Amino acid sequence: MKARLKRTGGDTLEFKDVGHRGEPLLVVDDLHTSFRTGRGTVRAVDGVSLTVDEGKTLGVVGESGSGKTVLSRSIMGLLPPRDVIKSGTVRFAGHDLTAMDPVQLRQVWGAELSMIFQDPMTALNPVKRIGVQITESLRLHLGMDRSEATATAIELLRSVGIPSPEQRIRWYPFQLSGGMRQRVMIAIALACSPRLVMADEPTTGLDVTVQAQILDLLAELQRERHMAVILVTHDLGVVATRADDIVVMYAGRIVEQAPTKTLFKETRMPYTQALMDSIPRLSDPSGIRLHAIAGRPPDLIHPPKGCRFAPRCPYAQDKCHQSEPPLRTAGSPDHLFACWFPLVNGVSTAPGMSSGSSVFGVSGGSGTPGESADASTASDQVPPAPWSLADTPIDPDAGLEPS
Amino acid sequence: MAKYLLRRLIQLVVVAFIISVLVFLLVHLLPGDPAAQILGANDTAHNRAVLNKQLGLNLPLWHQYIFWLKGVLHGNLGQSYLNHTPVTQVISTGWPIDLELIIISQVIAFAVAIPLALITSRRPNRPVDNISTTATFGMLALPPFVIAPIMVAVFAVGLHWFPATGYIPFTQNPATNLHDMILPSLAITAGSIAVYYRLFRSDLISTLQEDFVTMARSKGLSPRWIMWRHAFRPSSFSLLAAAGVNIGALIAGTFIVEFLFAIPGLGYSLVQAVNQRDYLVVQGITLVVAVAYVVIQFLIDFLFTVVDPRVTRE
Ligand SMILES: Nc1ncnc2c1ncn2[C@@H]1O[C@H](COP(=O)(O)OP(=O)(O)O)[C@@H](O)[C@H]1O
Ligand code: SF4
Ligand SMILES: [Mg+2]
Repeated sequence: MKARLKRTGGDTLEFKDVGHRGEPLLVVDDLHTSFRTGRGTVRAVDGVSLTVDEGKTLGVVGESGSGKTVLSRSIMGLLPPRDVIKSGTVRFAGHDLTAMDPVQLRQVWGAELSMIFQDPMTALNPVKRIGVQITESLRLHLGMDRSEATATAIELLRSVGIPSPEQRIRWYPFQLSGGMRQRVMIAIALACSPRLVMADEPTTGLDVTVQAQILDLLAELQRERHMAVILVTHDLGVVATRADDIVVMYAGRIVEQAPTKTLFKETRMPYTQALMDSIPRLSDPSGIRLHAIAGRPPDLIHPPKGCRFAPRCPYAQDKCHQSEPPLRTAGSPDHLFACWFPLVNGVSTAPGMSSGSSVFGVSGGSGTPGESADASTASDQVPPAPWSLADTPIDPDAGLEPS
Repeated sequence: MAKYLLRRLIQLVVVAFIISVLVFLLVHLLPGDPAAQILGANDTAHNRAVLNKQLGLNLPLWHQYIFWLKGVLHGNLGQSYLNHTPVTQVISTGWPIDLELIIISQVIAFAVAIPLALITSRRPNRPVDNISTTATFGMLALPPFVIAPIMVAVFAVGLHWFPATGYIPFTQNPATNLHDMILPSLAITAGSIAVYYRLFRSDLISTLQEDFVTMARSKGLSPRWIMWRHAFRPSSFSLLAAAGVNIGALIAGTFIVEFLFAIPGLGYSLVQAVNQRDYLVVQGITLVVAVAYVVIQFLIDFLFTVVDPRVTRE
């Protein structure tokens, strides 16, 4: 009955040698994930396609409940099969993950593809020393012996900025602060130098300063190791300075997708605009409630027939309620959006909409993407502008990225 | 850790002291006069006064208590009024029987409940799980005094596999002793299996839904490794607590089974002594049982520090 830390059965997958022939590192094609529940079928992810290139960062943004967590777990293949209906393909480094059996998947998980969870308090085993939680993967995937793995774990803890790792390695998660725990989580995820890391809201719940530190750490390690990262967040500000490309999700679908700069400069989808308006900024008096988008995301069992955002969209027309806008390009081929009346220069093309100011509320003040820790350095370089005014675009990279 | 255990140990001593007071009072507050019980027909006022003086019963209560406690600390619990057997001797024949019954029944209970829960919790509501759940529900509903006669009828009277009653000390003939103890132990074990299985199964099921299990899966660990190395320990807290209470209750709680199988355990002797108003025996056994209960809780607390590091460090 004794459990062994050993790979069992199956051929060893060759990830390092077999190239993926010019294909992006990750290719997700028409992924659908639904849950059978007592009330009906919840379509949590409803036809998502995306790609991630080697070493790049893809930001996945959407309100809570938009399907980000289900998407990242479906990509990994982590959802338990019970009551889950899945279709679509996920190609990772040239392999079809959706066609792999559990034994093969386990060779990919943790080794080539790993995950940073939202809440390190619940995602770290409360009764296991953090050292053991790191060395497990090293011993399993890299075949290290105990002492080798321990030495590597200490180095990993050092590299994620844990002071005196030789002692800390024997600590339990509850003995660490929230920020430290998230650093440990990063150390675990990166232990075997995966090619792609899914970070599902890695800093939600941490205070702003710690948030910035953790995200910077992740960016630094990513550069060093040339990993790709999928950075999932409900806060567009978090990915504004860190992602190469951004995917905006709403009710299980992608509603806008573009390189980061393009997304901010040429926002097309009113929902994306609304998310931008809800980015916290330094000029806001502290304590003020940010303009949450009015209304709630739709019921995923019975989504609206037309545009899913229509019930909340200030520009919604009859057409929007009748038929669903396809995800399409207009202009640059790498900018996709799903809207019948896309914004142009911050102004809706819907009939009768002419005002240039955003209906989502923000009417002035200097704004900058990114959490306020970064914003403090950037605010004097970025021209003050309401988000909605695309004629004074804000370059998300301006002065923000430490290079 | 040491500090935590020391604190627990001090608590243990305090509780043991309180127990000794309560046990002492229990007997002295009971209606009836021990001297009258002993003297029987010779119960005259004079004789009673003499005897009370001999027994120290004329002294103030606190004085008597000190007297008794001194005896207890020197291993002298007095002797039976009826047959003058020293109470310590009644206890020393009794406790190995209870200990043996408890050890055998609990080893069987854990050996059945834990693997079964490990198997069924991975796929709840499948046939194996449903059968086990129903079976343990039945076990819970059948107390030992129902199970025991059925087992005697089937295995002893019917099949002649085991003796219906009788007891030979382990030291005299280990093989016969174990053979004799199997039926009584099985009669006790059913309830424990049911409780342990159900608790451990439901805790495992909820642990397996924890983020840290998904996290462990995302590291590529095998289901078996995750079960043993990640889910087992965090799922065992209520099992451990229940085991403490259950074993504690079994110390003298096995008396029905002891009666049915006519084995002279502590419970058996206690019930007899109560019926015969043999107060010093009652007092002695109650004290031993209560202290054993407290010691078991202490051991369980110690085990908690082993399975859950948060207990001593937080
Ligand atoms: N196991 C499940 N069973 C049923 N519904 C689920 C399950 N997991 C997630 N959902 C639903 O899927 C939707 C998307 O959830 P999630 O991916 O967690 O959103 P996000 O991470 O963007 O906040 C939610 O409406 C949620 O209720
Ligand atoms: S399609 Fe219509 S309802 Fe949907 S976002 Fe565009 S304008 Fe709004
Ligand atoms: Mg989520």
